[in-house]
Amino acid sequence: MYALLILVPLASSIILNLLPKGVNKRIAFGLSLALSFLQALFIFFPACPVWKTGARTLESVFRFNFFIDNLTSVMLLCISIVVFVTLLASRKFIESGEKRGSFINVILVALIGMNGAVLTRDIFSLYVFLEITAVSSFILIALDKDILAFEGAFKYIVFSAVASVLMLAAISLLLLLTGSTDFNVIHALFKMQPAHNALVILAVGLFLCGLFIKAGLMPFHGWLPDAYSSAPAHISVLLAGVVTKVAGIYALIRIIVSVLGFTAAVQSVLLLTAALSVILGAIASLTQSDFRRMLAYSSISQVGYIVLGLGSGTALGIAGAIFHIFNHATFKSLLFVNCASVEKQTGIRDMRSLSGLAQRMPVTGVTSVIGSLSCAGIPPLAGFWSKLMIIIALWMEGYRVYAFIAILGSLLTLAYFLYLQRSIFFGKLNPEFKDIKEAGFALTFPAILLTAIIILVGLAAPLLLEKQIFTLNSIWGG
Amino acid sequence: MVSAIFITLLFITGIYCIMASYNLVRVLIGVEILIKAVTLMIIVVGSACGRLALAQSLVITLIVVEVVVITVAVGVVLGIHTHNNSLDVRKVRRLKG
Amino acid sequence: MSLDLLIYLALTIAALWTVMTRSLLRSAIGLALVSAILTIIIFRLNAPLAGVFELSVCAGLIPVLFVSVVSLTQPYTHQEIIERMKSMFTRFRFLPLIVIAVGLALGLLSLKPETSLPLPADGKDVRFVLWHLRRFDLLGQMIVLLTGVFGVVILFKERKKSG
Repeated sequence: MYALLILVPLASSIILNLLPKGVNKRIAFGLSLALSFLQALFIFFPACPVWKTGARTLESVFRFNFFIDNLTSVMLLCISIVVFVTLLASRKFIESGEKRGSFINVILVALIGMNGAVLTRDIFSLYVFLEITAVSSFILIALDKDILAFEGAFKYIVFSAVASVLMLAAISLLLLLTGSTDFNVIHALFKMQPAHNALVILAVGLFLCGLFIKAGLMPFHGWLPDAYSSAPAHISVLLAGVVTKVAGIYALIRIIVSVLGFTAAVQSVLLLTAALSVILGAIASLTQSDFRRMLAYSSISQVGYIVLGLGSGTALGIAGAIFHIFNHATFKSLLFVNCASVEKQTGIRDMRSLSGLAQRMPVTGVTSVIGSLSCAGIPPLAGFWSKLMIIIALWMEGYRVYAFIAILGSLLTLAYFLYLQRSIFFGKLNPEFKDIKEAGFALTFPAILLTAIIILVGLAAPLLLEKQIFTLNSIWGG
Repeated sequence: MVSAIFITLLFITGIYCIMASYNLVRVLIGVEILIKAVTLMIIVVGSACGRLALAQSLVITLIVVEVVVITVAVGVVLGIHTHNNSLDVRKVRRLKG
Repeated sequence: MSLDLLIYLALTIAALWTVMTRSLLRSAIGLALVSAILTIIIFRLNAPLAGVFELSVCAGLIPVLFVSVVSLTQPYTHQEIIERMKSMFTRFRFLPLIVIAVGLALGLLSLKPETSLPLPADGKDVRFVLWHLRRFDLLGQMIVLLTGVFGVVILFKERKKSG
């Protein structure tokens, strides 16, 4: 049934291109928006009869064996939300119809790639779908064809290709060790291997290196700020919100938890890299003057939190990590949407030459405050709960130094967001921005939607944690 | 394990090429050498552990993916060339990392 | 055994030449040569289908792509070529040394990896595996080709207007 998540976007992408241009122009945007919305509905109501009848006819031809657990559902939900928001935001940025058509083609392929990567249960198929996601994001970054975008895309291509090669080398070593590429087979056979076997260590090391590059963790982050800051403003919402999360973090969690399993060495590598990313990412973002680069470094720091949660190796830590993925997808997309509207209205990305915009752009100002506070982990908002879970998990496992690092990182996060807020939105309004207006429905609606999600999830977190997240323990059994 | 040694050498050659080249096309050639090394590795592994059919089907998929990645990369390189009129990496480093 | 060793040596030398030769055109041809030698190895390992793919796509198509980039972009002037020769020599002079040193070191160490699972050959046919077990990958191939088409349309189309 989950095959629908891949086949329906694929079919609609092909049909859209077969239609005559005039029809395509009119329905492409609405159709893709509807697809991402339907995906969210699908996650909430998987038992709805509408999907079931559709799936039954298809399943006679396309019978795939998917990996479905709560991590998958959370990721699929994040993907649908962020793709929805990106599509809405793109409305403001792409004027010409032809360009919008090609944008929608590529974003649908990216959607298929991410869904496939999340659903598959085979390490080689994971590679194939990660590569689809990566190729479509190269194209999306270079969509505007300015020189910076091309350079950012090239850097991303080279880093991503090296990461893929490392992953493939690890996959072939796993094939040598176990004779299979299926998650479950490898997981079962891996328990029997002696952990000190040189090939096992090499395979795990190569896999971790590749995924760290794709996730942009700190020693391997070279491409990430460039790719985020050189992409078109609405694309960086997609990149920061889900693409690197699926390509790096989801794959990392899945490979560690469901395939390779925890060992002491893996845990210490994860914790060390994550702590480095949390602290250095936060410090690097304090020194930026371009707000998109600041958010990119902030992404590195937040990804560090997710990996800290994973590195704790307990159910609570992993649940916290997954919750933080969801929160990061919402608040970071919100902040990038806000940046997009500031950029669209003023044409400036340097924080030093902006001030007092909250008076002219109240919606953007208020929503960005909420996004920043959630990112810094201020109590009633969603970001607080996930960070709390991660810190408690670290503390309970005795990693007290790492727990302190996480708290310190949170303070640094608050510091750089206060700096961002003060320099862009508060203070005296610069007279040259007297006539700036709000960016319009296409950018304020996604901002309000994401803010509502952040606040609601934050308020309902205790309930959600009982009902949803802790059932994530099921991924232990898998 | 003669093949393992030569696969390692190919990896070293590719990585060195990516790091030391000043030309965008040559960086891509380094990436290609790396992919060649990994292709060889999968086939050697497949024949070593008796999963040659699986290894072959993986390699076929890998080759298709490789072609698409290189094509898109070539498009990006051409785009850089139209703006900069040069393929030199040193003129590209406007992004600081 | 010795024939295999010779082919592997040829592969390494071809790769070194590809990386170190001064002209990009020769580099692209060298890449085709690497692919062709790789194809021989793949055939000798008894994997003909993968070999055919490697030969037709990697030895045929990809060098053509590189050659077309090199010819579309502007060639260097004579002065630049001489300068580049010098700088390339200084940058790449360590590569053969490293390759030889690592090769000898690994050869002398003669690592024996402990694969504790001697697997029985499954003896399945590649066509069967590809169609019945790797169908999701086939779907992935289709999608990746679609992405490639979109990429070509977007990245190559408007170039002619601007440039």
